[in-house]
Amino acid sequence: MIGLTHYLTLAAILFTIGVFGIFLNRKNVIIILMSIELMLLAVNINLVAFSAYLGDLVGQVFALLVLTVAAGEAAIGLAILVVYFRNRGGIAIEDVSQMKG
Amino acid sequence: MTLTSLAFYLFATVSVASAFMVIASRNPVYSVLFLILTFFNSAGLFVLLGAEFLALILVVVYVGAVAVLFLFVVMMLDIDFAELNEGFLQYMPIGATVGLILLLELLLVFGASSTLVDKGQLPSATPDGMTNAQALGRVLYTDYIFLFQTAGAILLVAMIGAIVLTLVKSNNPKRQDIAKQNARTRDGAVELVDIEPGEGL
Repeated sequence: MIGLTHYLTLAAILFTIGVFGIFLNRKNVIIILMSIELMLLAVNINLVAFSAYLGDLVGQVFALLVLTVAAGEAAIGLAILVVYFRNRGGIAIEDVSQMKG
Repeated sequence: MTLTSLAFYLFATVSVASAFMVIASRNPVYSVLFLILTFFNSAGLFVLLGAEFLALILVVVYVGAVAVLFLFVVMMLDIDFAELNEGFLQYMPIGATVGLILLLELLLVFGASSTLVDKGQLPSATPDGMTNAQALGRVLYTDYIFLFQTAGAILLVAMIGAIVLTLVKSNNPKRQDIAKQNARTRDGAVELVDIEPGEGL
């Protein structure tokens, strides 16, 4: 029987993998963006699971909004990455602090 | 073990494994493909929870748009990824420590919370006699219409922002100049030349 805790545990594991990914790939911005997507997915699983647990559709509405913001964030993040690559010829994340406007 | 439990464990195992491969694989193209696999399996979990509409939106938005965008950028940028993966093992201990602590704390919250009584099999949030999309639309277009419109505005801003950021300003842009078009006359544009028969220009 699959209850609420199963889904919460799964979402916790996915969220932790996302955090772990940010630590592990500190130089690769693309993987960091993907880790953020994983964390947002974990949050969405939590929202939908609680929506089913409470019998309330509002959780799914909120998950929809999180999905929208995640899509926008990915688009803007990748656009910034492309511009950064054009200007500097690489995406090494240590140099980002030297941009100064 | 019922079919639902079997499906849950299948989807959960594959999504956790592929999520781990997203952060562990050396080649970013493989990372993106594993990210697609994770999202597909999460869509399956959403179906199990009775959120079919969100499951399909997840496939359309993430697999159809975001993952392809990632793939496009990974292939467009000419980067030496082997160089970027240096120091991979250097950050492993601190990352593993923080991750483990976070996971244990999250699991402790679920275990210790007295308000989270597990009621057994989760029911679908959709009211009887309605499809999930129908029920979601009834809530989304009435009570949460302002949030819905805000989401649309956010997408518009993201689209304009991405275009403005990546637009390359060329020296010789082929743009329409309406004033120049209107100022054109017959005299300036057409020239009549008399050519004798048998001669070229």
